[in-house]
Amino acid sequence: MNHILDTLLVILLLSCFLLLGTSRLAAAVRMTAVQGFMIGLLPLAIEGGEIRLRVAILAALIAVLKAGVFPWLLMRTVRSAGTTHEERPLVGYGLSTLLGVAAVGAAFWLDSRLPFSAEAHSKLVVPVAFSVMATGLFLMVARRTAICQVLGYLTLENGIYIFGLAIVSGIPMLVELGVLMDMFVAVFVMGIAIFRISREFDHIDAAQLTSLKG
Amino acid sequence: MTLLLTALVVWIAGGGACLLAGRNRLVAATVGSSTAILGSVLALTGLVVGLRLPVELPWSMPFGHLALACDGISELFVAVAAVVTALAAVFGTGYLRHAPDRKPFGLAWCLFNLLTASMVGVFLAANAVFFLLAWELMALTSFGLVMFDHEHPGVRRAGVIYLIATHLGTALLLVMFLLLGCECGGMLDFDAFIAGGYGPEVAGVVFLLALVGFGTKAGLMPMHVWLPEAHPAAPSHVSAVMSGVMIKTGIYGIVRIIWILGSLPSWCGWALVAIGAVSGIGGVLSALAQRDLKRMLAYSSVENVGVIALGLGIGVLGLDARNPAMTTLGFAGALLHLLNHALFKSLLFLNAGAVRLATGTTELDRLGGLLRRMPWTGNTFLIGSVAISGLPPLNGFAGEFLIFLGALTPLLDPAVSGSTAALTGGLTAAVALALIGALAVACFVRTFGLVFLGEPREAARAEAAQEVGRSMCLALLLLALMCLVVGICAPLACLMVLEAVQQLAGAAQLDLDTTRFLEPLVFVSLTALAVIVVALLLFVLRRRLLRGRIVEATVTWDCGYAAPTARMQYTSSSFAQPILRVVRHVLTAHKRFAPPRGLFPAQAAFASETSDVYEERLYRPLFKKIESLLGRLQWMQHGKLNYYILSIVLALLALLAWKMR
Repeated sequence: MNHILDTLLVILLLSCFLLLGTSRLAAAVRMTAVQGFMIGLLPLAIEGGEIRLRVAILAALIAVLKAGVFPWLLMRTVRSAGTTHEERPLVGYGLSTLLGVAAVGAAFWLDSRLPFSAEAHSKLVVPVAFSVMATGLFLMVARRTAICQVLGYLTLENGIYIFGLAIVSGIPMLVELGVLMDMFVAVFVMGIAIFRISREFDHIDAAQLTSLKG
Repeated sequence: MTLLLTALVVWIAGGGACLLAGRNRLVAATVGSSTAILGSVLALTGLVVGLRLPVELPWSMPFGHLALACDGISELFVAVAAVVTALAAVFGTGYLRHAPDRKPFGLAWCLFNLLTASMVGVFLAANAVFFLLAWELMALTSFGLVMFDHEHPGVRRAGVIYLIATHLGTALLLVMFLLLGCECGGMLDFDAFIAGGYGPEVAGVVFLLALVGFGTKAGLMPMHVWLPEAHPAAPSHVSAVMSGVMIKTGIYGIVRIIWILGSLPSWCGWALVAIGAVSGIGGVLSALAQRDLKRMLAYSSVENVGVIALGLGIGVLGLDARNPAMTTLGFAGALLHLLNHALFKSLLFLNAGAVRLATGTTELDRLGGLLRRMPWTGNTFLIGSVAISGLPPLNGFAGEFLIFLGALTPLLDPAVSGSTAALTGGLTAAVALALIGALAVACFVRTFGLVFLGEPREAARAEAAQEVGRSMCLALLLLALMCLVVGICAPLACLMVLEAVQQLAGAAQLDLDTTRFLEPLVFVSLTALAVIVVALLLFVLRRRLLRGRIVEATVTWDCGYAAPTARMQYTSSSFAQPILRVVRHVLTAHKRFAPPRGLFPAQAAFASETSDVYEERLYRPLFKKIESLLGRLQWMQHGKLNYYILSIVLALLALLAWKMR
């Protein structure tokens, strides 16, 4: 039983609830930053005692990107877009949190049906990964602002990353760097997109994009 | 083989070097054309030296080796590609000198060289994955070249139609190769394909896929619709390469598949004869109805590809009847006609380019009387026209003559007259070929007459017209000379295709004593020589008779009118009208007619336009239907991002549930 790892995973789970329950965009971005930091620490926690240089560098890189650069970019966008709150979410915050709880339950049930846990580093890894992924997908579906959808995307990515950690023993560096690169581009593009949306339409409400359909 | 590989490297490297030239016209043309010619010379030397060691290079691609091999079939096609692209490059240096300054010349020459390399790659590939890669590279580079004048909406439309057509064709080829691969235990090398045995059903399916997939590239009717759009849209030296060589890659594919499958059921020969007859007759009739020189040439390519398909059909029927004469004559005729068509069709397209440079248009109804102003272009066009009409002493005659002989073999040879398939197929082909030949003569008489004879229909254009530059004349002259030489030395030219024919027959375990069947070609040569001698004699006689007499020059078109105008001449539609009237049920012309009214009519107008039957009656309704069917799914495109993501989530959950069932 790896206590540090379990602690990190529980914090991740809790951050998901906070993401689901908050209406303030700045708080949500901050919560994603916390999540990113935890994700960065995960490889270190898995490695346990001896920490190799390669893993340390990778962990640092992930932490800097996910807890530093991305949130900074998004914060800037939030400030320049002039929107501080998610105003009319498609699913309310209370209901969202309840659904989050249901998702965690479902994730544990799913874990019991799947043959992954045997090789995982902790019993919690797979269920937490599933819950984080579900949270990300839910945020993308149930929120209107483009910022929240980007946050949902990042959360989904985090979930996939945790899942990868759970399944693959040791981290293939190249794959990891590939994922990071991918995300960096994605956030960059989305940042620009949000900026454009807010400049052209005076809001960052993705629901208004309906006028673009053919 | 080393020389061939070096040629490939030269083409590719030359293409890369052209990119560095950017928009600099002179540098791009110099680098591009010199590497194109150098590559061609290397490739031709390689073919003459003729060391054929198959090459296989390691390549990190699933199922793919970089396998290249050169056999009799490849050799013929590589030779054609090398000759035509080199001469087109010579013409291109002069042709592009007159293009606007802001054009990306470096890119154009890069694409030209890559197109050459990819075509040769297609001919040399011995692995299906490598073949398809070269095939796609060929499609993309030629698309880029078609779009050279992309600021015209018509050119953009042509490019899109071409891109769609070529990809639909390639999709079928992918299925075909996978099917062959499945039959051969997962191997995608041509060696494995030919070693495998195929049941009649599999062979039939593969053959049909090849006929439609490769037929799209070859421009067989009814898959030809992209051809009359894309070929006129490209710059003329590119049209020459596309029509002369690129559509032959489709024929190459069909020949390759006949070789791989070995013995085919007789209906395959029938299918080739039928599609050949349809393309040939349909192509030449459509050509007759065109009002644009390059469009007309494009339709004439459809016709000639049809003639080649007729020959291949006769060959396949001969294989089925196990008759050496029919097999040899059919295949040899088809391949010889392919070689000939590459020469005269590229010549004619280059001529069209010269006409366009000199007058600024290729519309037949705006030209006329150019022969006196552009003697080189006009006379080489005349040679090309005679050749394409299949008249001696030029090269077009030899190929069609062989196909004729092959088609009539079942009538003459008691050994095969029992086979109904061979008899009816042969007769159909013979009748179709006769009709095609006659219509082709009408078509080119019309074209030559409209463009080069008579009085200029638009005086200003003709006044400004002058002969094109030296490099362009050189390319025209060399091609015309080759048409003549191949016509006179038909038996020697036929030796080039014999090895390919033997290879095709060998794949079906049929031994051929090919030379015996080619004796008629000696008569072709003799006829050609006789025609030339008689013509020279007549010329000398005329000179002698006219000596000492006064020769007056007067207007070409007078008709006894007091004040004749150029508008009284035949127009493109009036010349073709008697023939097109006969086929009006097949080939509908859209007419606008405002007849003269009253005793002193002031105004009257007539205009006719013939559109492509297949495009109008088959493809447009088909694509409309598909569009309306897909339109019913438009409720799914509601534009709400959240619901899109939700549908993805639901699909993923459904998959998960299905998996955990």
